[in-house]
Order: sequence, then structure tokens, then C-alpha cells
Amino acid sequence: MTVAAKAFRATKPEVEPEYVLRLFVSGLTSRSQRAIANLKVICERHLAGRYRIEVVDLHQSPGLARDEQIIATPTLLRVQPLPQRRVIGDLSQPDKVLHGLDIQ
Amino acid sequence: MSVATQELVSTTRRPKGPPGIAKALTGISGLDELTSGGLPRGRPTLICGGAGCGKTVLGLEVLVRGATQYGEPGAIFTFEERGDELAANVASFGFDLPGLVAQKKLVVDHVLIDRSEIEETGDYNLDGLFIRLGHAIDAIGAKRVLLDTIEVLFAGFANKEILRSELRRLFRWLKDKGVTALITGERGESTLTRHGIEEYVSDCVILLDLRVQDQISTRRLRVVKYRGTRHGTDEYPFLIGDHGISVLPLSSLLLGHQASTERISSGNSELDRMLGGGYYRGSSIMVSGGSGTGKTSVAACLACTSSRDERAIYFSFEESPAQLIRNMSSIGLNLAGLVKKKRLRIISTRPSGFGLETHLFTIYQAIEEFKPSVVVLDPITDFAPIGNKNEIRAMMTRLVDHLKTKGITALLTSSHGPGAVDGHSSEADAGISSLIDTWIVLQSFEVAGERNRAISVRKSRGTAHSNQIREFVISSRGLSLISTYRDAAGFVVGSAREAQQRHDAGNGGSAINNGPKKPSASPGSP
Repeated sequence: MTVAAKAFRATKPEVEPEYVLRLFVSGLTSRSQRAIANLKVICERHLAGRYRIEVVDLHQSPGLARDEQIIATPTLLRVQPLPQRRVIGDLSQPDKVLHGLDIQ
Repeated sequence: MSVATQELVSTTRRPKGPPGIAKALTGISGLDELTSGGLPRGRPTLICGGAGCGKTVLGLEVLVRGATQYGEPGAIFTFEERGDELAANVASFGFDLPGLVAQKKLVVDHVLIDRSEIEETGDYNLDGLFIRLGHAIDAIGAKRVLLDTIEVLFAGFANKEILRSELRRLFRWLKDKGVTALITGERGESTLTRHGIEEYVSDCVILLDLRVQDQISTRRLRVVKYRGTRHGTDEYPFLIGDHGISVLPLSSLLLGHQASTERISSGNSELDRMLGGGYYRGSSIMVSGGSGTGKTSVAACLACTSSRDERAIYFSFEESPAQLIRNMSSIGLNLAGLVKKKRLRIISTRPSGFGLETHLFTIYQAIEEFKPSVVVLDPITDFAPIGNKNEIRAMMTRLVDHLKTKGITALLTSSHGPGAVDGHSSEADAGISSLIDTWIVLQSFEVAGERNRAISVRKSRGTAHSNQIREFVISSRGLSLISTYRDAAGFVVGSAREAQQRHDAGNGGSAINNGPKKPSASPGSP
């Protein structure tokens, strides 16, 4: 058990995929801007050099709300690596963001 | 002072409602009648009820009928079922959701609520949902919107405070959009909906209910609230049939039906004469009597006569069509030929098979399809085991009302127990004699070792009818009414009458109605 866990941890850095994070917001409200700022801070601290952020304003492409099953805004979607994961809110609680996106 | 007056004015001023509330027809038979014209147009309506009571079907039907009958495109947001599941569920009612979506008359969006914990990392709102609704509504210019069941959101989001304020905002937004919105909600323990959605939707609330009593389930609908409109407050039974929902208003509020002066034959010229020329067209007739007094024969006589030129439906609750045809052919009525010519339809059902509402609905539907001018129900007393007296009375009132409105002549038979010889048993006729225009009572007498039948007209509104009790003979030639034949002791029937007739003829007396009274010498039947 501990061996397996060690092995897993040992192999992890080599296969670390690139993180693609898509943030859905509704207009550039203060809440949206807060979420974008919070996300940048979190990514720089934990995923420096391994991430890409895409910001989607649903007002500009409303069809995506349906296609991506968005209800709440802001919604952050982890597009890569699969499986997709999502968290909602202005990302002001970094622990919950990391937990929700499964980032160690 | 002027300030004080101003304040007074501003505090007493109330938001004024429009003089007449604009309404959107639902197209659901019965519902538009009891809401005097449909649901509030451009406002949200809450449909609540327990699981499986038909909320989704009601909502979908309003949307589908809006799109197909009233040229109002609709947007359906389903929070529980997927779009294809929804389409499959309502396909049996003839609702072609995919077809309507393809024609851009409807749009269906399945809003997936991920029940697995979605981490909430701070402040958020439901703009995503608003954008989706707005996008779908604008895409086809939707006038009607269904949210089924929005309360599912409560399972998907942890922050109830945000959710409640967002729902409040949502309903206000829907009003601003001017769409006629239907929101379904699961019934709560002590509240109309589990999460108190009724707090936000205050214009119109419809409660659905599914009750099982004596193993028979009945769906009921009640308009709990309808701001600014007169509406029926009773519980109305409704059915989910082959063509969707039908609500059955208990009875129309007014007795507004036309009264025809046209007479139709009962199928027997003697009986016509007793009634002063036959039944009135569109009237309701009850034929009551004990078993074996000839109720079915009198009923079949009318059905047979009227289906020669018009159409009739015979609802039989005791005999199968084949049995009825055979039995009536023995008294010279050829029902089989009329059935073949599609003039007469015999529908046999067992009363205990379904609930009262289902029966009523079946009868309505058959009438709608066949368009008869005469309807026979034989016998209505067979409904007694499946409903209490009030329910049966309510059903009969609705039925008689419905038939009168359509100008259909209705003949109902009512059976008494063997004890009730004089036709007085009011329990058995479901207390509906007051609804009846013409009441014919059949009796059977046991005199001198034989059983004879008699017929009388107990009441017949608006006709100069006979007060006599006439002997009534059923033979292979049909029904015949024999003139009253009296002797000193009263009137004589059967073989006693025949003997008296022979006796009188021998004495040169007259054998006519109310002939000279003579001492009875009849020995009875041989």
C-alpha cells in the first residue's frame, strides 16, 4: 500500500499534464473580476508554468451556458486533465478551489 | 400640511392591477372553463402536487397546446428528466416534442444539476441559468415557459440564502420578460411546495392531487389561488387520457341549456301517447324499476327507434353487446342491423373496472367521437359500489348537464332492490330524480300466482302526461301497453284481465278503458 502510494507520487511529476482552466463569467462585473484575479493568484502559486486560463463571458456566447451546463456564475471548469471538474463562486477560498479541482 | 397630505397619498396608494387580467388559454378541456379563460398571461403560475400526480404532463400540455393551437412558442426547461425522456413520456398523448422543436415552436433544455458536491468557493449567482433561459426564450420568441421542477436547485446548491434571493430575482425577471411561466413544485409536508416556492409565485397556484380510495385512484385539481380573477374553488377530478389532460368541471354554474320543444318517439306509440307525444329532445329520462320489470326493453326501444334516422350510444353496464343484441332480438328489436350500419354503438363496461371519473371520461369521449343524439346508460345504479352517494350524484349531475348542453336525449335506467316495488327507493337512483325531466316507473305485481308488469309516468316536465298506471306486456312483438281494465276491486292484470275481458265480452259489456265495474268473476290463470 505504502509502496504503491510512493510509486504513484514518484511518477506523478513526469506525467503532470497541462492544466486548462476555463472560467465562465457573466459580464465583467466586480465579482467576475474578483474571480479572475483570485484564479491567477492560485495558479501562479500552485501551477506555475503548467496552466492556461480561458475566460468566457456568457453574455458574449450564451449558447455555451447550455452546452457546458452552466447554472451558476462564476463557474470554473477544469478542461484538462480529464475528467472534467468544476467549482463555482468567486474563488475567494483557495483551499476549496484546490480541492474542487483536485490540484495538489 | 401639504407634506402630510402627500405622505398620506403615497402610503395609501396601492399598486393597481389591470381592470381585467389578461389570460392565456391552456387548451386543456375544463381548465380554461374553471379559470374563466386560462392562466394569467405574462405571469408565473405554480403547479404543485405530490409525486406522480401529473404536474409535468399538465405543464407540457399547456406548452404544446400553446405552440400548436395558439401560435405561442414555448421554452421547456427540465431539471429532472432529460429532453428525450420527456419526449418519450408524452409521446403517448400525441405530443411530438422533437417535431415541434424541429419546427422551432418549442425549445427543450435539460438543466443538469450535478448532485455530487460542487465546491462553492465564494460568492456566486445564477446568471448562468438566467442566460440560458433568456437565450432559449429569445431564440424562438417563446411566449410560454415551463420550469420543471426548479426546486431541484435546492439539492444542487448549498447556499440557500443565495438560492432564495436568486429565485426571487428569477420570477421577477420572468414577469419582466412578459412570458406566461409555469413552475412545477413538489408538495411539502405542511407547505404547498417543499421549499416554499409559493412565496415567490403569487399570481396563480394550482394544486394537483392523486388519491386512492377503495383501490380506485382519482386525480384532482384545485385552483388554490388566482389573483384578480373569479375561479372555481372546488376540487375538480381530472384524467390523463389518450389526448392529455381533461378536467371535469362539476357542473356548469348556470342552467343555460336550450329547451327544445321537439318531441322524439320513445319507440312505442302507446308510451308516446302517455307522455303526450314522446320525449322532449335533449331531455333526460329515467326509467326505474326492480329487476325484470323491463327497463332495458324500454331503453332499447328508444335506442332502436332513434338510431334508425339518427345515432345512439347504448352504454351497458350489465350485458355485453352480444347479449344485449340477442335479448332484444327476442322482443323484435333488431339492434345488430343498426350496429352494422354504424347508427348504434353498444359500449359495455363493468362499473367496478374503473373509477367514476374514468367512466365519465370514457362516456364523454365516446359521445365526442360518435356524436349521437340519444344516449342510454343502463343501469346507473351499478355505480353504487364504486362511489358514495354524493360522488355518484355529482357524476350524474355533470353527465346530465353535459348531455343537456349538447342537446342529447339521455335515458338512464335505475334498478331497485326486489323490496322496492313501488319505485320509491331513492337510495338506488343515486338521488338524481331532481335532475330528471321524465321519470318512468316500472313495477311488477304478483297477483293470483302470476307476475305482471305495469308502467306509469311519475313525472314529465312540461308535458301533459297520463296519470294512469298501465299494464305493460313484453312479447316477441315488442312492448305493448294495455288499457287499464278495472273490475270492482280495482284494476285487473294478466290472465285475470283476459278472463274479465272475455266475461265482459260475453255479457255484452265494453272492454275499453275504465269500463263498467262489474263484480269480479275471474278465476285467475288456468
